Formats: sequence, C-alpha cells, structure tokens
Amino acid sequence: MSTPVAHGSIRRRLLLSLLASAAVLAIVVYFVVQSVARQVAQESQDNVLTASALSILDSARLSGGEISIDLPYSALSMLDSISDERVFYAIRLEDEFLSGYADLPEPTGDPNGTSSFLSTTFLGEDVRVVLVKRRMSTDTGRSFLKVSVAQTLSGQKQALARISRTSMGIGAGFFLVSVLLAALISRSTIRPLDRLTGSVSRRGPKDLRPVAAPVPSEMVPLVASLNSFMRRLQQSLMRSEDFIAEAAHRVRTPLAVVRTKAEVAQRKSDDPETRKALREMIRAIDDSSRTAGQLLDHAMVTFRLDHLAREDVSLHRLVQDTVERMRPTSELKDVTLEATEVETAVIKGDPILVQNALHNLLDNAVKYSPSGAEIHVALTIADDGAKISVQDTGPGFQTDELDALPKRFARGANTQDIVGSGLGLTIAKEVVEAHGGTLHITNNPGGGACVSLLFPSS
Amino acid sequence: MRQFALSLVLIFAAGWASAFEAEEVARFGPADSDRELRIISTADIAFFEPMITSFLATALSTSIEYTVVSSSELQKAIVDEGEAFDVAVSSAMDLQTKLANDGWAQRFTPAATSALPDWAVWNDMLFAFTQEPAAIVVSKSGLGDLPVPDSRNDLINLLRQHPDLFRGRVGTYDVRQSGLGYLFATQDTRASEIYWRLTEVMGALDAQLYCCSSDMIDAVKSGELLIAYNVLGSYAINREDRDEFAIILPSDFTTVMLRTALIPSNAPSSDLAALFLDHLMTRSHGQDAQLLTNPALVLSQNEAALNRIRIGPGLLVFLDQLKKRAFLSEWESAILQK
Repeated sequence: MSTPVAHGSIRRRLLLSLLASAAVLAIVVYFVVQSVARQVAQESQDNVLTASALSILDSARLSGGEISIDLPYSALSMLDSISDERVFYAIRLEDEFLSGYADLPEPTGDPNGTSSFLSTTFLGEDVRVVLVKRRMSTDTGRSFLKVSVAQTLSGQKQALARISRTSMGIGAGFFLVSVLLAALISRSTIRPLDRLTGSVSRRGPKDLRPVAAPVPSEMVPLVASLNSFMRRLQQSLMRSEDFIAEAAHRVRTPLAVVRTKAEVAQRKSDDPETRKALREMIRAIDDSSRTAGQLLDHAMVTFRLDHLAREDVSLHRLVQDTVERMRPTSELKDVTLEATEVETAVIKGDPILVQNALHNLLDNAVKYSPSGAEIHVALTIADDGAKISVQDTGPGFQTDELDALPKRFARGANTQDIVGSGLGLTIAKEVVEAHGGTLHITNNPGGGACVSLLFPSS
Repeated sequence: MRQFALSLVLIFAAGWASAFEAEEVARFGPADSDRELRIISTADIAFFEPMITSFLATALSTSIEYTVVSSSELQKAIVDEGEAFDVAVSSAMDLQTKLANDGWAQRFTPAATSALPDWAVWNDMLFAFTQEPAAIVVSKSGLGDLPVPDSRNDLINLLRQHPDLFRGRVGTYDVRQSGLGYLFATQDTRASEIYWRLTEVMGALDAQLYCCSSDMIDAVKSGELLIAYNVLGSYAINREDRDEFAIILPSDFTTVMLRTALIPSNAPSSDLAALFLDHLMTRSHGQDAQLLTNPALVLSQNEAALNRIRIGPGLLVFLDQLKKRAFLSEWESAILQK
C-alpha cells in the first residue's frame, strides 16, 4: 500500500488562520484602544482648557463702560494641577490686545461655536490653544471679548505614552490568549478526525464493519463513503472467497473420480509407458486435489476467523491428537513423527482453527522432509504464552525467503518436485495472529526447519 | 570661608557697563580657573555664600561670579538684555515661574530627583532650595509689656488698641517696588481677607514702606519701627543680633516663599550649572540637608498653618498687567489712604 501524499495540514492551516486573524485583531485592538484613549485624553485636556478660559471670561466686568478683568487664580493654576505645564493666555477685545501673551496664536474655528481649538507651537513647545468669546457692550458698541488659553502637552504626552504601553500590553495579552485558544480550538477541531483515524487503523485486517461511532456532520459524507466502500469491499471479498470455495469443492469431487479411474487403469495396464504416464497423471491430480483442499481449508479458516470462537482449547491434547492423526501419513513416508515434550496449556480460541494450523505445519514438515527424517513437536510454556514448535531434520528454509513464506501461494525455492499449494503457512499465520499470537520461522542450527506458533497466555 | 573669595568687588550701578542694575558683584575661587560659573541672584552674598564655598570645595579649578540684583533687574538682565548667566536664583517665585513658563529656562533633571519633594521641582526647570517664611518682626524692647502678637488678628487688635504708640512705627514692603513684597501680599490675599483689614489698619497708622527685608529689620533694630510685617524670616534669623527682636510666624497662616534656581536657556556653561544645581538641591533637601537658613527657624512646628507657595502657572495670574494694576490700586488705597 502506498502512503497518501500529504498536502498541507488542516490543523496547521486552522492554527495559522486563527493566529493570523488574532494578530490582525490584536493590532486593531492596539490602535483602537490607543486612538480612543488619545481622543479621550485630548477631550479632557480641551475641557480643562475650556473651563480655564471660561473662568477668565466670566471674570470680565463692565465698570463705567470699561472692561475690567479679575483674572481668577485658579484659571491658570488648575492647568498645572496634574502635571507641570507651561501655560499661556491672551485676552483680546476684538483685535485689541488687553493682557497676557500678545503673540499667542488664536484658533480660527467655527465662528459661531462656543469654543475652538488649535494645536500649534508656541515659545518652542507644542501647545493646545482654546479660544472662547463673549459679546460685551462697551462704550464703543458691542464687541467680542476673546480669551485664549494654551497649555503645553507634557502631561498629555506622558498619558499617551502610558496609554500606548497599556494598549500594547492589551494587544499582546489579547494575542497570547488567542494563541492559546487557537491551539485548543485547532486541536479540538481535528480530534474527530484523529478519532476516526485511530478507530480505523486499530482494526484488524479482516474487520470491514462500518464505522458506527457518531462523527461531526462535516465528516458524515466521508464516513458514509468509507462505510459504503468497505461494504462493497467486504461483499467483493466474500464473493471471491465463496467462488473459490465453490470452485475447489466442485473440482475436488471429479478429481477424486478421475484419480480412481487412473489408478484402476494403471493397475490394468501392462505398458510401462502408459503406467508412467498414468502415474504422473495421478500425481498431478493429487496436487490439484490437495490445492483444492487447502483452498477449502483456507476459505473455512477465513470464515471462522471472521467469527472467532472463544472457547477453552487444551493445547496439549490438541497437539497429541494432531500428531496421532498425522502419523499414518508420516509412516507412509518413513518419517519419524514424535511429540517429544508436551506441557499442559489451555488457551482461549477456536480449536478447529488451531488444529488446522498445526495440521498444516505438520503436513508441510512431513511433505518436505526426506525419508528417514525426524519431526519433533513440542509444546512448551514460556513467560509470554504457550509455544508449539515443529522441528524437522529436512532441508530447512532458504534464509532469504523466511519473511515471504507465510504469504499466500508463496513456496520455497527447493520444493519444485513436491505437491503443495503454498497456503499452509498462510493459514497457520492467519490463525495464530487471529489468536493474538505470532508465527516464527527459523532454521535449526544443526539443519532442518523450525516453525513455531506462539499463543499468548490468556 | 573667605579664602575662596579672592576678590570681593563692590560695584554700584553707575560703574556697571550693562543696562541692568547690579547691586553687588563678587568673585569666588581661583583667579586662573579653567571654568567660570556666572550666577545672577537676588540673594545677599552673605546668605548664599555657604552654598558657593561648599560647591567650590568639590569642584576643581572653578570660579564663580556672583551678581546680586533685584528681582525685576534679574528679569531685565535675562529677558530684555539676554545676559549670559549660568544660574539665576531668585526669591521672586512669580517672576522665576514666568521666566520658565516663557521658555527662558533649560530643562534639567537633578541627580537627586527622587529624593526631592514634589513642591521643589516644577517642570524640570525651576528648583526650590529654601523655604523662607514671611514673618512679623517685633522689637522686643520697643513693645515693652505689651503682648507679642501671635496672629494677624492679634496684630490688628494690638495696633488698634495702641494707635498712638504705633503710628508711623509699623512697616511693611512697598509692593510697588519689591517683587517679593508683591508676592507675599498677593499670596496673603489668596489665603485670607484679613490681609486687607490689616493693610487698612497699617495704612491708618501711617505705615512705613520699605524696599527690602534687611532694611525693615535694621529699622526695627534701630527703633525706627516697632513692628515690621511680612519680613523675610530667613534674613531675620540669619542675623547675629537675632535675639534683639521677636520673629513671629503667624499662627493663622504663614506664607512660605521658596527660593528657586533655574538654568537660563542661553547659559554658556550649562553643564557646570547642572553640577551646581545638583549640589544646591542635594545640600538643601533630605536628611543631611545643610540649610542656608538658620536652623533656629523651625517651620515644622506649625505645619498646618504653613502656606507654601506652589510653583506653577497660578503665579502668573498676579503678574497679569490688568490684575496687577487692579491689585496695586486697591493696595494703594488701603495703605496710603489718600
């Protein structure tokens, strides 16, 4: 199976987009807080300036047609109450300068408004100027009394620096919290996918059941397609297994008939050439019939594996039974088959399958061992479970094939003249793995093969 | 002390080349010094000398030229004539504030900033280094058995009860001449209406008007005056003959003037000026302060009544020409009673 090509990551993309939007928001927050605070600071300064200017304006009196102004002490001292500020003022009657700083610039603003403001530079420093005015009746007619008050910005600048630091802090804090949330969100968003991946990948190789666990609505189509795909796969698998079993079954019976006929014909024939041909025919028929048998076995094993039974299996009895059952075949071939060391072990599982697996191993051992060879079967208890090992004194496996042998229809290189299907080790491996165990294939140090089934202790 | 003063030159107005009028000019420190600090000040040489000598003891090869002027002449020297002084020291807080406010002062951060009280620094331009109360100086011998007044009310009662004794023998500042007198008077009116009553009473007794505190103290000493009102308490207490008169800090409220220093914006040696101001401020504040005023003048015993003049633009109000004109005309009508 090829690994899919990874292109990007949903979690990373989600994280990055969350972080990017958080960064944008943090910057926006910084500027908004700062501009609002700046505005508030400006307004409060303007208010104080206006209050100061108005208190001067209010102190203006008409006495004998002359304007007298009793400048209130607080008018100027209030401007300095929070931070040290330089303060300037000018009092004018229309354009006639009365008192204060004659050069102080005058805001030109809304002529009808009560107060107008100006930011400018005066005597070497940035100042904010306010102008308020009031209509007065004097000897010369009605005219505007205008009071301008100006203040340096050191307090406001300090406040703004403080505000800038604060809003920087708010922005940074906002971003940090967002980073934390983004990490959590992206993780929790991706979690159903992880869960699905986990539940699918944890499944056994034969488990094609549909995914039943609830998934988020966005994943429903994916899971639905996955389920439908698995259903089709399962149907297709079943169909082909059925087909193979059916085919094997159908082939085996006629083969038996043909074999009997061939044997009869061989016995009757005196022509050595014909007898030889018939013998080869019988041999080929045996091969085919054995393959068909094993295919049937395999189909049976596959079926039973899908519905694995969990009953107590007495391995020691099973080993002895299987050895006894195999003994006629081994004696026929003049191979010594012995259960040398059998300890008592009980596992949970399907006895028929386990027996079938062991039978396949023994069958292989007998088949590939030359006459006079010895096969030792042992059942031993180890820390991690019960181990059935089958050792023979045959040719052994070629070491470069050890991994490939349990695959379906794989056969050793040194088996050309021996009838076999290549399914025996496959069946054994599938059975032992279905029971949670492992199959080991090794060569004995003194020659011959050793195949062992390790069942974990239940 | 005087070893630093190589030459003490008294130059009177006529002999001075510049247009502003210097009362005295003194030089301290070695004649061949590498650097010179020019101080223009309203403080008498004797009053300020300890500060100068202690500074010269720490600064190598430095000399100080100390010019004594009146507060209005100080204003004139710096603003109108642009004279190059490194430090300007004045008791006229309002005029000093105006100098700083109008941009004639440099900003400077003293080394001991954190140790300084809030009232001692304004806008990093003005630095207060003394607290000098306006006192009532009374001739002990002249008063005889009469009670020494403790407050302005006491003083008014005393004056009213003995008009014949006090006629022509009470004195105060001529606020038209003296910037400090004007400052004390205006701050008094801010604190209480009683100032006007007292001024009226003094005016009715044909009060004598003086340009300076020392003249008033001399007049009390000589017996010319029995009582002088709004005398600079620090000058009175610093005199050797202080026991001859009672120095009263009125218990109703005592106006406290802060003598301030600034570095003019055109100071030729502003670094040296900064060193001097550091020295000035360190020596004048904190635990180890060595005050220019005699420690016998204890301000803290009457803390609640202390009316420490706050440096700030409020001080500009009474400098406003309209305001000043109005105040002076009211004052004149009260004290001259013409």
